[in-house]
Amino acid sequence: MTVPVLSARNIGKSYGSGANRFDALTGVSVDIHSGESVAIVGKSGSGKSTLMHLLALLDDPDTGELLVEGTDAKKLKGKEVNRLRNQDFGFVFQQFFLTANASVLDNVVLPLKIAGIGPKERKARGMAALEQLELADKARNKAINLSGGQKQRAVIARALVNNPKVIFADEPTGNLDTATGAVVEDILFALNKDQGITLIIVTHDSDLAARCDRQIYIRDGREDPTRSPEALAKPAGGHA
Amino acid sequence: MKFIDIITSAIANSFRSKLRTGLTVVAIFIGAFTLTITSGIGTGVTSYINSQVSAIGAADVLTVSKADDAAAATDDGPAPYDPDKATAISLGNGSRPGSTIQALTTADLDTIRATDGILSVDPSVQVTPEYIEYADSGKFELTVNAAATLTTADLAAGEQLDNESTADEILLPTNYLDTLGFSTPETAIGETVTIGITDFAGTAQQVPATVVGVQNETILGAGAGLNQTLTDRLREVELSGTSVEAAQSYATATARFDLDATDAEITAIKDDLADQGYASQTVADQIGSFETVINVIIGVLNAFAVIALIAAGFGIINTLLMSVQERTREIGLMKAMGMNGGRVYALFSTEAVFIGFLGSALGALVAVGVGSLVSNILASTVFENLPGLQVVQFAPSSIAIIIGVVMLIAFLAGTLPARAAARQNPIDALRYE
Ligand SMILES: Nc1ncnc2c1ncn2[C@@H]1O[C@H](COP(=O)(O)OP(=O)(O)OP(=O)(O)O)[C@@H](O)[C@H]1O
Ligand SMILES: [Mg+2]
Repeated sequence: MTVPVLSARNIGKSYGSGANRFDALTGVSVDIHSGESVAIVGKSGSGKSTLMHLLALLDDPDTGELLVEGTDAKKLKGKEVNRLRNQDFGFVFQQFFLTANASVLDNVVLPLKIAGIGPKERKARGMAALEQLELADKARNKAINLSGGQKQRAVIARALVNNPKVIFADEPTGNLDTATGAVVEDILFALNKDQGITLIIVTHDSDLAARCDRQIYIRDGREDPTRSPEALAKPAGGHA
Repeated sequence: MKFIDIITSAIANSFRSKLRTGLTVVAIFIGAFTLTITSGIGTGVTSYINSQVSAIGAADVLTVSKADDAAAATDDGPAPYDPDKATAISLGNGSRPGSTIQALTTADLDTIRATDGILSVDPSVQVTPEYIEYADSGKFELTVNAAATLTTADLAAGEQLDNESTADEILLPTNYLDTLGFSTPETAIGETVTIGITDFAGTAQQVPATVVGVQNETILGAGAGLNQTLTDRLREVELSGTSVEAAQSYATATARFDLDATDAEITAIKDDLADQGYASQTVADQIGSFETVINVIIGVLNAFAVIALIAAGFGIINTLLMSVQERTREIGLMKAMGMNGGRVYALFSTEAVFIGFLGSALGALVAVGVGSLVSNILASTVFENLPGLQVVQFAPSSIAIIIGVVMLIAFLAGTLPARAAARQNPIDALRYE
């Protein structure tokens, strides 16, 4: 058995303090192996995004520990964390987070710019990523002028432009109609199969969850191994 | 993120909210404009004074007079009469009317001459000619610049006065030319003018003099300059028929010392003279007080400009805080993508510095344009009689310093918002609505 890329041991996270204290996550343990596709499933407000953020080193757990390829995340230096976020991880957030007035290409190459890659290579790699998502013709357009599905594809192009090992996708199809959602799903699973990119997908959509190798069910901030995909067929509530 | 990318991103970001950036730039513009103009006036006036001081030139000259009789001034009433002392003498131009100082006698001159470090002493002689005349131009009043023999004139044509020459030489100011009938300064050179002077008996006499040079007007003593030979000749005419003793007292004397003397040596000479009862001043001493006044005025103007800039600094803080808030998610995204806090800080600081640069560069540029224009207009109207005075002058170094200082203020103002941006937690920032 290889060392998991990411491993959470009994992690917990609470927000607020005193009477307002709210435990968003309690005692969750997860192992993510290289090349896997894992779905984090649960109702709205159950703590899925919180878990994903902790796994992606975007936030620190209050309890428990998180291991990155066997190393305790707490022991990693700020520089190393930034390198992981920049080079090993790709993010697709629940909202798109595109800079509205910048061009699609500029949005896509942001991780490369942060990495300090020169403009020529940035452009070449950005265009390649857009090509892969059939968005090359929109490269010069302002991000604000894209349709919902195009925005989601632009965000995926940004997530994979720096050739990450792991892509974290928070509700990648949540804002899309079924047909467009299916296209985006196909793109993500193709990346997983063809390029061996580990996928961590947060979703409340049982069909999408079912396409993943493995599902982690979250309920009220805890792992819920008893829940079956069928029980989630009718998702409750919308999204913040 | 590369340095160049930080700069280009910061510049692009500052143009995202054009109105807000524009208003902040205007605030900085006003401060920088004022600062540039005041510093320009400082440079202009100082350089004019310096050129005047170098016109006075003689750095090796002390003006010596008898020091006030300390005893006489205070409680004891008037000092007892001493027949050996010279009589009080009224000072010429510039002193309080009716005020007198003790006159210098020939014995005093000998004492001064004997003082260590003094090379030579000449009594300052004042002559009061009646008129000047050239060809058929008619007779005009002649004012004599008593300091002319000490100074190096700012010449429009011709040469300096030669005190060693045996010829009677006169240096005319430019505003005498038209009246006397010279079309250009050059045509006056070498011509002979006639000076009319009345002797002690009241008889008008005429003394011819050769024009050796034409001098631009200065703020320091107007009038024609006469060389020592001509002065002596005129004084001789004035005094013809008086008793010899009366000619032997002078208000002041001019003492020369070594041109290479250090400040300490000059002070030593002055102290030495003071011990012997003589007051002495160098040209620099006389000019110094004038410069101090100008420096104070410029200092006050600069203080106002700095206040304007501090106000503009708060404008920058405000602009950037809004910008940080507006871009909270973007900052969160960049941090989530591995941008470190230092770079985020650099990004916002650079934006502040760029806004500062934009305001100060525009302010300085417009100030140079407006200042030069106003200065030229003033030079040909209000200051027409002071050739060479450009009230507003710009030194590239001081403009560079102003832009630099404004950029520094902008950087300091940007520190607070930039820190706020750099410290943001990526997740809190991404959750921000
Ligand atoms: N910064 C915060 N302060 C307080 N409460 C928070 C904060 N972030 C999240 N929470 C709470 O933690 C719980 C879990 O939030 P999380 O975003 O992980 O839910 P989720 O499972 O992703 O829901 P959804 O499917 O709607 O996105 C929610 O009840 C939420 O209100
Ligand atoms: Mg969520």
